[in-house]
Amino acid sequence: MNELKIKTDPALRKEVSSVVIRFAGDSGDGIQITGSRFTDTTALAGNDLATFPDFPAEIRAPVGTTFGVSAFQINFGSRRIETAGDDPDVLVALNPAALMVNLARLKPGGMIIIDSGAFTDRNLKKAGYLENPLEDASLEAYTVLDINITKLVLEAVKEFGLSQKEGLRCKNFWVLGLVYWIYGRDRSDTVDWLRRKFAKRPDIADANIAALNAGNIYGEASEIGGLTQLYAIPAAVMPHGLYRTVTGGEALAWGLVAGAELANLKIFFGSYPITPASPVLHALARMKQFGVKTFQAEDEIAAICSAIGASYAGSLGITSSSGPGIALKGEAIGLAISTELPLIIVNSQRAGPSTGLPTKTEQSDLYQAVYGRNGDAPLVVLATHGPSDCFEVAIEACRLATKYMTPVMLLTDGYIGNAAEPWLIPNVADREAFPKAFETNAEGFEPYNRDPDTLARHWAVPGTPGLEHRIGGIEKEDGSGNISYEPANHQRMTDLRRDKILNIANDIPEQAVENGETSGKLAIVGWGSTYGPISRAVDTKLAEGKEVSHIHLRHIWPLPRNLGDLLRGFDRVIVPEMNDGQLKTVLRDQYLIDAQPLTKVTGQPFKISEIERAIDAALEN
Amino acid sequence: MNVAVTKDKLKPADFASDQEVRWCPGCGDYAILKAVQRTLPDIDTPKENYVFVSGIGCSSRFPYYMSTYGFHTIHGRAPAFATGIKIANPELDVWMVTGDGDGFSIGGNHMLHVLRRNVNMQILLCNNEIYGLTKGQYSPTSGVGLRTPSSPDGSVDTPLKPLVFTLGAGARFAARGYDTQKTLPDILKRAHAHKGTSMVEILQNCIVYNDAVFDNVLARDVAAEKQLHVEHGKPMIFGAEKNKGIRLNTQSLTLEAVTIGENGVTEADILVHDETNRSLATLIADMDGHDLPAAFGVIYCNPTATYEDGITEKLEAAKANGKPSLDALLRQGHTWEA
Repeated sequence: MNELKIKTDPALRKEVSSVVIRFAGDSGDGIQITGSRFTDTTALAGNDLATFPDFPAEIRAPVGTTFGVSAFQINFGSRRIETAGDDPDVLVALNPAALMVNLARLKPGGMIIIDSGAFTDRNLKKAGYLENPLEDASLEAYTVLDINITKLVLEAVKEFGLSQKEGLRCKNFWVLGLVYWIYGRDRSDTVDWLRRKFAKRPDIADANIAALNAGNIYGEASEIGGLTQLYAIPAAVMPHGLYRTVTGGEALAWGLVAGAELANLKIFFGSYPITPASPVLHALARMKQFGVKTFQAEDEIAAICSAIGASYAGSLGITSSSGPGIALKGEAIGLAISTELPLIIVNSQRAGPSTGLPTKTEQSDLYQAVYGRNGDAPLVVLATHGPSDCFEVAIEACRLATKYMTPVMLLTDGYIGNAAEPWLIPNVADREAFPKAFETNAEGFEPYNRDPDTLARHWAVPGTPGLEHRIGGIEKEDGSGNISYEPANHQRMTDLRRDKILNIANDIPEQAVENGETSGKLAIVGWGSTYGPISRAVDTKLAEGKEVSHIHLRHIWPLPRNLGDLLRGFDRVIVPEMNDGQLKTVLRDQYLIDAQPLTKVTGQPFKISEIERAIDAALEN
Repeated sequence: MNVAVTKDKLKPADFASDQEVRWCPGCGDYAILKAVQRTLPDIDTPKENYVFVSGIGCSSRFPYYMSTYGFHTIHGRAPAFATGIKIANPELDVWMVTGDGDGFSIGGNHMLHVLRRNVNMQILLCNNEIYGLTKGQYSPTSGVGLRTPSSPDGSVDTPLKPLVFTLGAGARFAARGYDTQKTLPDILKRAHAHKGTSMVEILQNCIVYNDAVFDNVLARDVAAEKQLHVEHGKPMIFGAEKNKGIRLNTQSLTLEAVTIGENGVTEADILVHDETNRSLATLIADMDGHDLPAAFGVIYCNPTATYEDGITEKLEAAKANGKPSLDALLRQGHTWEA
């Protein structure tokens, strides 16, 4: 397909090392599809990248309103990319509301691509504009490409006989074609994707491809007119190997399947739909060929109870939800702790409390994970720091849940779940397996017999002759598992449950320092999805000669055994968190150190600059 | 272990655990426990495959008194645990024991869904119309006006009818018995033989908090007039003289009790029980011993595919193309070399 190749002389393109583009439009404009297509094309071009889908909770909010604006931000480049970028270089605004909501984020002098055809009086009014920003001086500080995309796309798809409504739905591919032109990107992957996606509606595929091409050709023509600068972003230098893009949701699902295989167990996944956790359920429901059984339960409680039932019967029971759903599961988590069964609880955190902001990201369930149950009820808490890291943390969750016969809560968040990044594809076959054996020997069997090293009780599953026994949520006598109201026994069992979990600190890596020295003036301690901005900010400040280190926790409970000593080696400790200071409190409690909070709960990730300012301020004092 | 030989040797006592039974003296649960222990030796299931699952409440202590696998879970959620157990290992023979509060108040939602999904298991509902373990508050099946610590002036709640709920939820098996009923094991065997969720409501006397609540149906002097023991294909006849029957009023689509030989009623007017007829089952499940006798026996049995059969079928279809490799899956779609 020669016509798809880029004809412009590469010399005309200005080489830059990274670019942040924010696509924005109405939630019916297909912005997320545009973003994911651009992501795949960018990955295939060899750039490193990070994405941030930012969409409303409403599936179709009233058209043209500010609360119906959907956005997709991507940061890509020839250097290492850690975040989706602070401020966009380019804003694509397919309607006035998208401009209204997103303009403030745009870098001074940045480029705005606007569909002027959507800037009608009605749409301007809905977006809250008193004057048309295209006709006053309000956009003077930016490079504005105002193009009547609405008109051009309808012309481009005229020959396919679509309705006006269907024709306008090709707008996103028109603008994608234009952006591909500006960055010198190949369209063929997107064309292939459209052909596959609309295999049953070739007319729709053809129309979208025509729109994509028309946008691209428009770019070529307008470039001749000198309307805009063209760019080239060379491929990033990345470790050798085979890559793909992966979202946190996908990596988590695959990691769970890999972990279960390494444990030699079958997965039972009981879940109830909830934003932003559902992608994990969707991904696993398509993995039946691996023996994965998914069960969409009637509610959050049934979801976890079915998973515990499956673990009792010899599967690896897993449940998944977000904060409000995890709250509903609390009592059942206690039962899994008391009956000492393996269980993984995935918490895709979102902004709270209560329903909160379902599609906005937050890390405010750390207290809930570590402390949020009745009774003294310890479990393992792990946190993933990015899309591809989900794979590793999911495997670690499987290992600890089965080896120690305990529930493990895996904290991720909406941002990680939906964001994509390039992933050096691991080889599961090379991983060290951790096969879990069931108890089958009836000789001297008691359900609460324990492994003396791990304190894990032996797992005898129904169907095993001679090992019939009863377990439940009433306190049990250690060993026999019989109901016991004996005071000393409850003390002993409480101690055992605590010690079993704390002992896991001896089976996890010591806390490493991500970047910087292992002691010094300032440690920035993070967990979860603050990894990107902290990593970039510390990197920048180290390059400036500042004495700062980045420590990022994967194991939240138990904490790594060396963490207290490590943190005491720094004069100051700052804990950036997308909550009101939860890890900070845990660190103060555990180590009596003066950890200082840096908190943000706007539903948006930290900006690199916010962390940088905190580092500068701390080092100045 | 040679399962076949073992099975022949099993007796009711072989299903009793070594734990001391701690229900109140005279509790109807003792009789139900005995009935279950008398039932299992006659069922062709290896002992190690039985799993008794319960929630919270007096009757939910049941698994501790059985020598099978047992899981005493949390309040109201036993159907969800049982569903997970059954999906994870369809070979297991799952019996769920619950009460009116556990099953129909806090666990009402799960009950609805296990019944409609038709998970292959037995549900023994020990209905004593009271909260026993929390010391006597009215339950969702308690009658209007019942005075309890939480309803000192009499309950104003309309009671729920468990078997009407069961049939409304789309269950394929519904039966009723009572704690001391000699033929309870026969009903339990029918419940077990039915593939799918089998609901058995067992009227159970709580001697401490709601004693004799079922006397209007179970008392010896009224039993013949207030109990209708249904049998598939047999006319619905009751009464000490065996001369009363149930007739359908075709105008109002309601049931009425009639006496054969009075007002021109003949045996031909009496309804014949058809346990596969859901409309009929719903009508007789609703009879409560007030105007009409309460029905006992298998009220509805009309099997269809079970939930776990459906899951297994999808799983097998997905596996039809041989054993997949996760590494291959991770390399599908767009990849590139760096």
